[in-house]
Amino acid sequence: MSTVTDTKKAPAGERVADWADGRLGIYTLAKANMRKIFPDHWSFMLGEICLYSFLIIILTGVYLTMFFHPSMNEVEYVGPYVPLQGQLMSEAFNSTMHISFEVRGGLLIRQIHHWAALIFLAGMFVHMMRVFFTGAFRKPREINWLFGFLLFFLGMFTGFTGYSLPDDLLSGTGVRFMQGAILSVPVIGTYLSMFLFGGEFPGGDFVARFYSAHILLLPGIMLGLVVAHLILVFFHKHTQFEGPGRTNKNVVGMPLLPVYMAKAGGFFFLVFGVIAVISAIASINPIWALGPYRPDQVSTGAQPDWYMGFAEGLIRVMPGWEINLWGHTLVLGVMIPLAIFPAVLAAIAVYPFIESWITGDKREHHIAQRPRNAPTRTGFGVAWITAYMIMLVGGGNDLWATHFHLSLNSITWFVRIFFFVGPVIAFIVTKRICLGLQRRDKEKVLHGRESGIIKRLPHGEFVEIHQPLSQGELHRLTAHEQYAAAELPPAVDENGVERKIGRIEKLRVKLNKGYYADDNQVAKPTVEEYKEIQSGHGHH
Amino acid sequence: MKKLSARRRHPLAAVVVLLLALAATGGLYAAFAPAGTAKADETAQSLAIEEGKKLYSVGCASCHGTGGQGTTDGPSLVGVGSAAVDFQVGTGRMPAQQPGAQVPKKKVIYSQAEIDQLAAYVASLGAGPITPTESQYSPDGADIAKGGELFRTNCAQCHNFTGEGGALTYGKYAPSLEGVSPKHLFEAMQTGPQNMPSFPDSTMPEKEKKDIIAYVQAVNGDKADSPGGLSLGGLGPVSEGLFAWVFGLGALIAVAIWVAAHTAKAKKS
Amino acid sequence: MSSQEIPEENLPAGQDTAHGAVMVADDPFADPGLPPHKPRIQDIDERAARRSERAVAFMFTLSMLATVGFIASYVIFPVDKIVYIWPFGRVSALNFALGWTLGLALFFIGAGAVHWARTLMSDVEIADERHPIAADAETKAKVMSDFAAGAAESGMGRRKLIRNTMFGALSLVPLSGIVLLRDMGPLPEKKLRTTMWTKGLQLINMNTHEPLRPEDVAVGSLTFAMPEGLSEHDHHFQTEIAKAALMIVRIQPEDIKDKRELEWSHEGIVAFSKICTHVGCPISLYEQQTHHVLCPCHQSTFDLSDGARVIFGPAGHALPQLRIGVNDKGFLEALGDFDEPVGPSFWERG
Repeated sequence: MSTVTDTKKAPAGERVADWADGRLGIYTLAKANMRKIFPDHWSFMLGEICLYSFLIIILTGVYLTMFFHPSMNEVEYVGPYVPLQGQLMSEAFNSTMHISFEVRGGLLIRQIHHWAALIFLAGMFVHMMRVFFTGAFRKPREINWLFGFLLFFLGMFTGFTGYSLPDDLLSGTGVRFMQGAILSVPVIGTYLSMFLFGGEFPGGDFVARFYSAHILLLPGIMLGLVVAHLILVFFHKHTQFEGPGRTNKNVVGMPLLPVYMAKAGGFFFLVFGVIAVISAIASINPIWALGPYRPDQVSTGAQPDWYMGFAEGLIRVMPGWEINLWGHTLVLGVMIPLAIFPAVLAAIAVYPFIESWITGDKREHHIAQRPRNAPTRTGFGVAWITAYMIMLVGGGNDLWATHFHLSLNSITWFVRIFFFVGPVIAFIVTKRICLGLQRRDKEKVLHGRESGIIKRLPHGEFVEIHQPLSQGELHRLTAHEQYAAAELPPAVDENGVERKIGRIEKLRVKLNKGYYADDNQVAKPTVEEYKEIQSGHGHH
Repeated sequence: MKKLSARRRHPLAAVVVLLLALAATGGLYAAFAPAGTAKADETAQSLAIEEGKKLYSVGCASCHGTGGQGTTDGPSLVGVGSAAVDFQVGTGRMPAQQPGAQVPKKKVIYSQAEIDQLAAYVASLGAGPITPTESQYSPDGADIAKGGELFRTNCAQCHNFTGEGGALTYGKYAPSLEGVSPKHLFEAMQTGPQNMPSFPDSTMPEKEKKDIIAYVQAVNGDKADSPGGLSLGGLGPVSEGLFAWVFGLGALIAVAIWVAAHTAKAKKS
Repeated sequence: MSSQEIPEENLPAGQDTAHGAVMVADDPFADPGLPPHKPRIQDIDERAARRSERAVAFMFTLSMLATVGFIASYVIFPVDKIVYIWPFGRVSALNFALGWTLGLALFFIGAGAVHWARTLMSDVEIADERHPIAADAETKAKVMSDFAAGAAESGMGRRKLIRNTMFGALSLVPLSGIVLLRDMGPLPEKKLRTTMWTKGLQLINMNTHEPLRPEDVAVGSLTFAMPEGLSEHDHHFQTEIAKAALMIVRIQPEDIKDKRELEWSHEGIVAFSKICTHVGCPISLYEQQTHHVLCPCHQSTFDLSDGARVIFGPAGHALPQLRIGVNDKGFLEALGDFDEPVGPSFWERG
């Protein structure tokens, strides 16, 4: 690189960078990205919570693999925990006991691993909802939405396989449930079960098999998806909320170097720190209290981790339908929940494509919408969350029963009914709230902000003084789009020839009206309205 | 709809909404709260039978009949034994206060001497399990680990891994074992109060009951070790999930708000 | 449905014109552009900036101290030391100390960095332009022609034999992988239909490991049993008990509503499979007054006084009953295997 004639040597850092650039082309990469702009909003950091908890899980997981024995060989416990001494257990359980009671800091790492997993999934859920309610999944981000959804979906199964590894009485019960669910699959269920468990349940293989899925297969795929997800975030540049100077054609914020390097880098440590403190003060999955798995033992309050609670709810409230025909059994009572579970999740995954078909909108969108300005979508989102949450309640019906002194059976019936009714109510109520908020925005634009100052007029009337908004604020509240609902073209075209309109197009137009018809949005204040009120009435 | 919208801002609107919400909540609770009829069972024997009989006719006879033969309001006490009386009255379950899916634990209103008299009287009505002596139920020297295994086979299905209790059908429940004395644990296993099945000595010998008592004392309640920190009620993934959402994600979002917030600007001078 | 079919006027109002430029000179709603940057106190007052600097350095120092604390805790606290700390309870001293020190060491690095960024790094907002993601027509044309040229040169279109055999080879080769999965487990055969129980096996009390006698089982009691000859130390114990576990209760014969149940009992002693017919949890929450037994996993409820039929919840059929009797030594024994598969339903169950 540098020739002999060079009099001054470049500083060491620069020489290293030159070396790398000559091989990796890092300067071109840095040119585009070093001062990349990220907008500031707390809700844009939810994804970072997920990313960092994922990294924490990988770090702590690697540590745990050094002590964990993924084997189901029976051993007798001889460790320090008295209430289990002499008990028969699998090596998996035994080594988890060893990590918890004999490896210094092992318990802490186990708890960090598990708490971070719960937070990872919760973070993904909230992050996904943020993206949903602000319409940030619209073109060009649909693929990234799917990547994110896949991460959530795979995260649930990575979590489930990890939860099953210690082979304790609680997780074993969960695995038993899974095996029963697999058996319900028509035609091939028994074969699947035999192959997965290496024979009859529980056999001696599933811990080792789950282990390879939990530490290699699933996290490997997830890591790839995370990288792809991040590359796309960089490539698309982050969305931003409307505001003065913030348009669909720019992104306003602070540069990656130095501000976001410090903020995002610092946030990693903050997330790790918070999770470490939680793991210091709160116990999670105390397997010593649960005991080793035995297929003939069980405890009440047998639940999966929260992210499987939705599936658990479905399976709990389903009526026990079973059809026996021609020597075969169709186990609807298990199959139907097993099918609804991915279907409900898929509903949210494909939503971006449905919305873009209904609206016919093919443009790029980089503005994060305020949820109120998309009432129908917001309604759908809240309805979906309602269904999800009701099933989460169903998944814990026994604990709600004991803690609120209710009858288990009544809660089950409540969940059965409200799984269907709840989302409808939620949809209607949410849409009305959104329209109300739109109306309030309009009032605020036209009449100004309520100042809380009461003035008495000469003739004795009391009025509240409204303060006019700044232009930036006026712009922010009026910058959203005003939509025109789709109309079917006239049945006869200009030449008098009958037009053929497909049924699908008719459906699309109908749905489009549900999004954009006049009663589904509040007309934006116009400049004329504003001027008339501002000049005509004066401030009030 | 217009009218409703117009009245939304009426000063009393909030009050109306609140009342509606309260009525709805109350109504739902009333609809779903378990109802049923009181069921209970009782027993006793020997020495101060006379004293016990007096106490019995004042406190118990209205439901269990003057001779302990039982009525529609309470089961027969013939043959339930003194252990059942000692448990039911000693934990305050009897006398029952009001009908419900299950008679709950309450404040004990009889002294131990009175309970013994009642037990003696009920025991005299017919032979049944006898109130255990301390040497029978004391967990000293018992095998905790064996007790744990027995607990998971026989008890955990209703009372949870560490005896935190759990739900049964139609509003009934298996109570928490926290703070229950060894004697009452022993009596409950022996007599099977209310809907709990009994675990008589013929299928679960006295020594095994002691093991179970020792295990419950080792793992249940505040005195038990919880190396990882807060035990979160010992209820498993539901309370862990709630904790992760409220305190875990809650704390992280609070931190995120701080990270993303604009720094305070200097006032224009 | 392609976008071309949608009339232009049905599309939402164009967005591009609504942004960026001021449309009407006196439009009160026009975008005023980025507000002017206002300085923070640290930008104009060097003393305030120094205070921030010290705060950041203080946090980094706290982090260092916490790491020292972590190492010290690791060395000082024995792994089995339990201490009472309000309100957390009797916790492991080591876990508590390590968690807090590690947490604080990490947290203060993060807090320091963020405080640094928030107070000392420039907070001037910068706007980055966005560019359309789709390529322009020229690029697209180039790609298309390159692709056409490449495809033509490969001869894929012309030499169909090559193409077809290649697809054939590629689609067959994954079969080897699938074939290799065959030995993951045995075929189901009749495995799910039979249990260890056969005629003459005594019922062994799971608590005492002694055979049960009828007089041991009192009305209102609950007992669990396994087949004679099975031991917890057996290699196949888990797999066998997963099917063979029994729940034994005694009901007054006149309270038994189901005729067959009474026939298969011994003087009111009934033996039911402990494995739920829903998805296989060990069901055993027996209410001795109602004779209901509830599954703790999914709340299927069975009535043991009526052939263990399902009265609530997701289970599809009754719990299988084991026919029992008494052998000549006076112990309870099985009179055969269950007459139907135990546990969850499956396709071949019938």
